[in-house]
Amino acid sequence: MSAETAWWKSTEAMVAGILLLAMVLIGLVNPAFWSLENLFSLARSNVVIGIMALGVLLVMISGGIDVSFPAFAAAAAYLVVRAMVDWGWSTGVLVPFLLATLLGAAMGLVNATLVWKLRMIPLIVTLGTAAMARGLLNGVVGTSNVNINKYPKSLIAFGKTDLITLTNAKGASFGLPATVLAYLGLALVIHLVLSRTMIGRSVYAYGASPEAAKRVGFKTGRTLIFVYVTAGALAGFAGLLQSSMIWMANPRDFVGWELDVIAAVVLGGASIFGGRGSVLGTMLGVFILVMIKNSLILMGIDTTWQRVVVGLMLIAAVALTALRDRKAIV
Amino acid sequence: MTNPTPLIEMRGITKRFGGVTALDDVSLSIMRGEIHCLAGENGSGKSTIIKVMSGVYQPDAGSILIDGQPAGVLDPVKSTAAGIQVIYQDFSLFPTLSVVENLTINSFLREGARVVDRKRARAMAREVLARLDVDLPLDAAVETLPTSGRQLVAIARAVLADARLIIMDEPTTALTGREVERLFRITRDLQAHGIAILFVSHKMREMLDLSERLTVFRNGRKVAEGAITDFDEAAITRAMTGRDLEAGHYDAPAIQGTPRLEYRDVSVPGRLSGVSLKLWPGEVVGVSGLIGSGRTELALAAFGMLPPATGAVLVDGRDVTPRSVQQAIAAGIAYVPEDRLSEGLFLTRSIRDNSIVSSIRRFAPGLWLNRKAAADATREMFEGMAIAAPSSEVAVGTLSGGNQQRVMIGRWLMTGANVLILNGPTVGVDVGSKATIHAIIHRMAREEGLAVLMISDDVPELVANCNRVVTMVHGRIAAELSGPSLTEDALNDSLRLNIAVSA
Repeated sequence: MSAETAWWKSTEAMVAGILLLAMVLIGLVNPAFWSLENLFSLARSNVVIGIMALGVLLVMISGGIDVSFPAFAAAAAYLVVRAMVDWGWSTGVLVPFLLATLLGAAMGLVNATLVWKLRMIPLIVTLGTAAMARGLLNGVVGTSNVNINKYPKSLIAFGKTDLITLTNAKGASFGLPATVLAYLGLALVIHLVLSRTMIGRSVYAYGASPEAAKRVGFKTGRTLIFVYVTAGALAGFAGLLQSSMIWMANPRDFVGWELDVIAAVVLGGASIFGGRGSVLGTMLGVFILVMIKNSLILMGIDTTWQRVVVGLMLIAAVALTALRDRKAIV
Repeated sequence: MTNPTPLIEMRGITKRFGGVTALDDVSLSIMRGEIHCLAGENGSGKSTIIKVMSGVYQPDAGSILIDGQPAGVLDPVKSTAAGIQVIYQDFSLFPTLSVVENLTINSFLREGARVVDRKRARAMAREVLARLDVDLPLDAAVETLPTSGRQLVAIARAVLADARLIIMDEPTTALTGREVERLFRITRDLQAHGIAILFVSHKMREMLDLSERLTVFRNGRKVAEGAITDFDEAAITRAMTGRDLEAGHYDAPAIQGTPRLEYRDVSVPGRLSGVSLKLWPGEVVGVSGLIGSGRTELALAAFGMLPPATGAVLVDGRDVTPRSVQQAIAAGIAYVPEDRLSEGLFLTRSIRDNSIVSSIRRFAPGLWLNRKAAADATREMFEGMAIAAPSSEVAVGTLSGGNQQRVMIGRWLMTGANVLILNGPTVGVDVGSKATIHAIIHRMAREEGLAVLMISDDVPELVANCNRVVTMVHGRIAAELSGPSLTEDALNDSLRLNIAVSA
């Protein structure tokens, strides 16, 4: 996103404005919204979807779209946990996460190669690889969950770690999970890479005009590899993170997450046409989405209806950004 | 100029594509700091030699010397390292990125930078824009700039990349008169800094005004070369086309009966105010004026794209004031827009599909397309328009600009239109094709009683092809020239006067 002369005209400021307005409205309807317990729980819900959104953001800036990340996340998480359980590894936290990230990256490399070498449309490529990842996982490795009784203790401990632990009026304890730090750290890194490095700028350049990027001398193959491998790695990492936060590895997890994550990224101002989008905007988009879903739950609205709301938000956000992009061109 | 060794010298370059010889034993040399013009019709080999110089194509025979040293086989990297920069017609910019970033990204790339130094990028951008003496909003996304602004960004980017030779491919096509003047000033500035310019164009005036030396290509061969002072318009035309073109005049048949098209006091708030204009059958009336003067709006008002707030549009004395494009077509009005690529043609579809699309109801009265009727009508149009293509089944995207324009005009005539509004009918069309298009327009007007409204920037074109020309300022008709008073000088004066008025 190019720096505008007036910051309040930027997409991020607009999204932040919408977020604040929504928070005030929700707070009026339900004062419990502002309780620390609810805010901590919101933060917790942001982590996994947020990390996945960072990957989708990269793909969208490059002009593509990724629907394979939920499958990759499920596969990476399940493979690592299954290996730890079946082969009795007790390797702490770092190695499993590294392994999940690498698995995700490897699957991302498949996407990159297909998009780059065969010049295929990213939507079709990622639909295909997602189906294959899920199919292979369930067919070759298995379909049974790894539940809390068998789940690796080190990961449970990691998922339980809180930065701050407080006790509510009823005496139950609640906290701000440490995994929030992983999300913020990754967001910062992706932000710096996107805005300050040549590889990051090459993603915007490729998304804005692949032909011009080639003519200027970007190695566009490298750009695509960076985009899809990073998106895969983030998905793998997020997959295991989610699993460690719910103490369970489900090989059929993350079904339907595409909708939430893509909606959040588009809400955050990224353009489905490529060349536009920012980490800050995406984080705000994720926050809006999570907050609205969370409020729907608090209001006791059925999960099926939540999907209607998310679908509506996605379409509204796409319509708005398309309008903005058209305006910019005129 | 200061040094007798040419910056780049190409000797005996031959390039074949399959069975087609695009360049046949062509030599071309460009001196340091000279403004050199390369002229030729479409398909004459201009673009091929540009691509040989920029290293996109490798020649089948011949050698290239840079600074007197054999350069071997050029590739894009070597070519840019030698200081050769091409400004393509589409500019190759990044629409969503800022001006600063568009200017500096390839410099950073060439340095092998890993990190973007934003402060330095800004300083570099400021410096190069100051050097060119132009003012552009540094943080604006390039897509928000007008075409002329984007072109400046592309030129400045080339300068920043240490260009010694900047090749501009048809740089004035999308510019207004004043913007062309600014481009010329910048070009001369660049020359003063020792940068050579290869200006690829088919506009006579520009070549004669700007360049010092001229090379003319025809059918892949060099047919003329020399100092610009050795040429005049007729000589260049003869070299480009191999035949003489008459400058000519168009005389309309005597005015009689009701006007074919009439604007009666047409106003659109902020765009047109109180425009009245009558066109009789057989007339070709030119419309001139700066961009924003209301000349395009005049066309849109009659074509239902900009319905008049007050006033009326009449065809054959009948009030048809169109509220939609469909109504305009039904009233027998056809409009060929300026940007035929984005507004009119389906490039990947065949000539036939493109031809029948506007009169689809005629060929498909019910659910199904009457293929035979469509094919017959297309063949008739194909012959009438003298379209040079193997058949009407080939994709329109493969045709030259002149032939595309003929398809466009032919398509509208197939709707049975009596009023033809042309906006920039020969923009991006080569000299030979231009003459054919003009001849077709004149024949239609004279023989079939069409009324033609021709909007153009090209003063010689208007003078040679219209029997009347009106000039517009601020949405009004400011002046009308016809008969003996319609000369290039008079029209230019009238336009200059308009600028003085609007200033």
